[in-house]
Amino acid sequence: MTLQDLRIAVLTRAPRPNIWDLVALILVIGAMVLIVYGGEQTTLPLSAIETTPVSLDPANLPLYALRTTMRMLLAIICSTIFTFVYSAIAAKSRRAEMVMIPLLDILQSVPILGFLTFTVVFFLNLFPGNVLGAELACVFAIFTSQAWNMTFSMYQSICSVPKDLEEATQSFHLSGWQRFWRLDVPFAMPGLIWNAMMSMSGGWFFVVASEAITVGNTTVTLPGVGSYVALAIEKRDLAAIGYAILTMLLVIIAYDQLLFRPIVAWADKFRFEQTASSVAPTSWMLDLFRRTRALRALTYPLVATNKAISTLRIALPVGLRPSPKYAPPSRVIDALWYALIAAGTGYAAWRAYHYLSANLGASDVYDAIGDGLVTLLRVVVLIALATLIWVPVGVWIGLRPKIAERVQPLAQFLAAFPANLAFPIFVVLIVRYNLSANIWLSPLMILGTQWYILFNVIAGASAFPGDLREAAASFHLKGWRWWMKVILPGIFPYYVTGAVTASGGSWNASIVAEVASWGDTRLSATGLGAYIAKATEAGDFPRVVLGIAVMCIMVTLFNRLLWRPLYAFGERRLRLG
Amino acid sequence: MLDPAKQPVLIDIRNVCRSFPKGSGEDLLVLENVDLTIRSGEMVGLLGRSGSGKSTLLRIIAGLIAPSSGDAKCRGKAIDGPPNGVAMVFQSFALFPWLTVLQNVELGLEALGVDAAERRKRALAAIDLIGLDGFESAFPKELSGGMRQRVGFARALVVHPDLLLMDEPFSALDVLTAETLRTDLIDLWIEGRLPIKSVLMVTHNIEEAVLMCDRILVFSSNPGRVAAEFKVDLPHPRNRLDPAFRQLVDQLYGRMTQRPTKAPALEGIQGTGVGMVLRHVSSNVLSGLIETLAAPPYDGHADLPVLANSLQLEADEILHLGESLQLLRFAQLSEGDLVLTEFGKRFANLETDARKKLFTEHLIAYVPVIGLIKRVLDERPSHTAPAARFRNELEDHMSEEDADDTLKTIVSWGRYAELFAYDEQSETFSLENPG
Repeated sequence: MTLQDLRIAVLTRAPRPNIWDLVALILVIGAMVLIVYGGEQTTLPLSAIETTPVSLDPANLPLYALRTTMRMLLAIICSTIFTFVYSAIAAKSRRAEMVMIPLLDILQSVPILGFLTFTVVFFLNLFPGNVLGAELACVFAIFTSQAWNMTFSMYQSICSVPKDLEEATQSFHLSGWQRFWRLDVPFAMPGLIWNAMMSMSGGWFFVVASEAITVGNTTVTLPGVGSYVALAIEKRDLAAIGYAILTMLLVIIAYDQLLFRPIVAWADKFRFEQTASSVAPTSWMLDLFRRTRALRALTYPLVATNKAISTLRIALPVGLRPSPKYAPPSRVIDALWYALIAAGTGYAAWRAYHYLSANLGASDVYDAIGDGLVTLLRVVVLIALATLIWVPVGVWIGLRPKIAERVQPLAQFLAAFPANLAFPIFVVLIVRYNLSANIWLSPLMILGTQWYILFNVIAGASAFPGDLREAAASFHLKGWRWWMKVILPGIFPYYVTGAVTASGGSWNASIVAEVASWGDTRLSATGLGAYIAKATEAGDFPRVVLGIAVMCIMVTLFNRLLWRPLYAFGERRLRLG
Repeated sequence: MLDPAKQPVLIDIRNVCRSFPKGSGEDLLVLENVDLTIRSGEMVGLLGRSGSGKSTLLRIIAGLIAPSSGDAKCRGKAIDGPPNGVAMVFQSFALFPWLTVLQNVELGLEALGVDAAERRKRALAAIDLIGLDGFESAFPKELSGGMRQRVGFARALVVHPDLLLMDEPFSALDVLTAETLRTDLIDLWIEGRLPIKSVLMVTHNIEEAVLMCDRILVFSSNPGRVAAEFKVDLPHPRNRLDPAFRQLVDQLYGRMTQRPTKAPALEGIQGTGVGMVLRHVSSNVLSGLIETLAAPPYDGHADLPVLANSLQLEADEILHLGESLQLLRFAQLSEGDLVLTEFGKRFANLETDARKKLFTEHLIAYVPVIGLIKRVLDERPSHTAPAARFRNELEDHMSEEDADDTLKTIVSWGRYAELFAYDEQSETFSLENPG
């Protein structure tokens, strides 16, 4: 919706509805009804859940899917708001940045499912006896899986706004507020949307995992696809699990087609490039909306509001306005700020030590670290296996544009699919053939995340320059030498991106993958994920904290010592073009 | 025309200095005691080498950078942020890619709170004036470079500024496009159709300055100072082939290659000894230039404007090449001429290996930092040394960026001369030669 459109609307005769308006109108009204209906359900008292428990009747599935989807929607809205506020503050204030960015970095590696333990208790106490508390806990869990990378992306974009555009906004007297909406936000948009899409992919996993939560004596089962599957596991109903998987497939396709694709196609205009790109993303949904007349007229007030907000002249009083170029930062305030950070950190460390040492001994720490090393071993082996399988496959596909075009969306879709819905199928096999849980539960950790490796490798191989391939062919480079000298260096940066995501996801998944059940049969592998899962179920908070802390440290070290150097190497030496 | 000296003063710059922090913590002075007055009705050019601080001065006037000391006033008021009535045109256009031409042009008016109808009227008028009719709804990425810069002009003109600042506005355009845009702009200016009172233009293109400006201030480098002021009284439209025009261009070339009396270093090359800032020039380009100079029609002696024209180079680039040759004692710059030395003539007649040998000797003898690296590598038993060791030393004398540039030049020249090897991964110099 641009100003140009506004002008056309004013200049042409009164907008007469056309057939596309009807189609779009039905879609919009349907969405509104569903949102209102779903919203009503969330304010019911907690006892209502007990009187109408989740049932395995497939007829209920559409409703459950709606509830699950609404949690996702709410979470992505919260994440977006958080992203705007947090990244704007971090990017504009040097002092806030010192604390906020490292904090974000650590939060990124905290296992999200570990969070649930605390947030469920917190939110249930916030709204005693109301479903809203449990709903919010679930939404919060999804939020924690989505917000951090979106925020990072926006922060990095704001920090790398081209200098000439920044000077232009200053020179044309845009206020800080106007600059934010006119320059920072549009510039950050493509990265933000891409990351929101990745976040949504990851989010399905967590919404499913956090709908049926047991913390100590409290068990909350929110109506949704996740709790449907949980009940199916309890009842050993394989058919129900099949229905759930089918429902989820449809939901994700609908979400992608109706929400994300239109947004991506629309956001294409924000891409910061001075030359027109060859292929622009398209969306039938967006085209449909662009063809409608009356519905578009309905959006004009929105456009106008947006314009009014972004052109508001909100400026701080002269004294408070930050002007880094005109006044050097005060060293006294810096010193005070450092002192405050040091004091806060010291206090937090003392409290944490106090709490943990009162409840735990040194042997608990050794246990947790030992379990952590077992899980680490699993992650390393699984990533290695996934690499061996998917890199050749991905290269093969990526070098054939026709096939890549079809397989790429499929791989992306598989990455979004919550793999935990499929866990029971594997568990049934393990139980039937009496396999070792320690070995055979492991593949579940990478079930959902291996696709990140596949679709990044496909992207890398597709982007591999044709002239380099021809050069390799004309010099008769074949076999082992071709892999080592030509294609592997070429796709390396892409592979690392995929592998980082896959390994991070696997750590998270370990909490639901290392412990599994089928009816009364419980399978449990040794590992940090199982450690946290058991402590959560027992309501053993000190051990949950310890488990999360150990996992957090291990993930951070793993990233810093392995992935970041590899990534930096790839960016420096192997980036093509 | 009215007497220019009686026109009201728009910009008044007195004793302005500006320094930036250097890598070692001390400050690097880029502008020293600059005075400048801009009156209503004149077009003033700031001419100088890259790094002479002219862009810094433009940004001080634009209120984007504060002076370290001295007074900068706009209409008698101290500049403490972008002043009203000053608009800027950028070298890189600085258009918002997500806004259409019309929206880009309206941007400055929106920020001023001009109401929508008035905004539209003025924007369309500016678009019309600058020759962008029909492109209102296009996005910048759909336009050619010349059309984009027209949007940049329209966006600046639409706010009806008293002073238009132009930061090398034509240097990102190809020769033909730049010429058309320049002529269009001069025509509008002469006919008094531009809604502005004065123009301040930064450029390193000598002919462009003579073609457009009423007054040209030549900047000397390190630190930036106003070295000379030229008045251009030629009537518009000016003809590049007019003898008076050529004479002025020659004079300006001469002024820009003149050695300042007090500076110990070669003009243009900043710093002395190890602290010399080296800008990268490929050894291929240097050999090519020596060959060109040695061959007819130059036979070892070239007039810079002529040479620049025939090689399609800007004044800044040709001077930069000349200085590199001068540093290595292969040629001599003086009074707008480039003259090959005996060494240069010898170099032109040698085979590749012998050329490398001569180049090596001159590098060691005349580029102190290369001599230093060679000595260190010879003395160390391992014959290796980390680049950081030399970078630190460079950063005592120059900014981090300059140190990077210098290091890059050292590596490139050293590799050509086969003086030492450099491993980019570990950032170490060594004497091993993998060939």
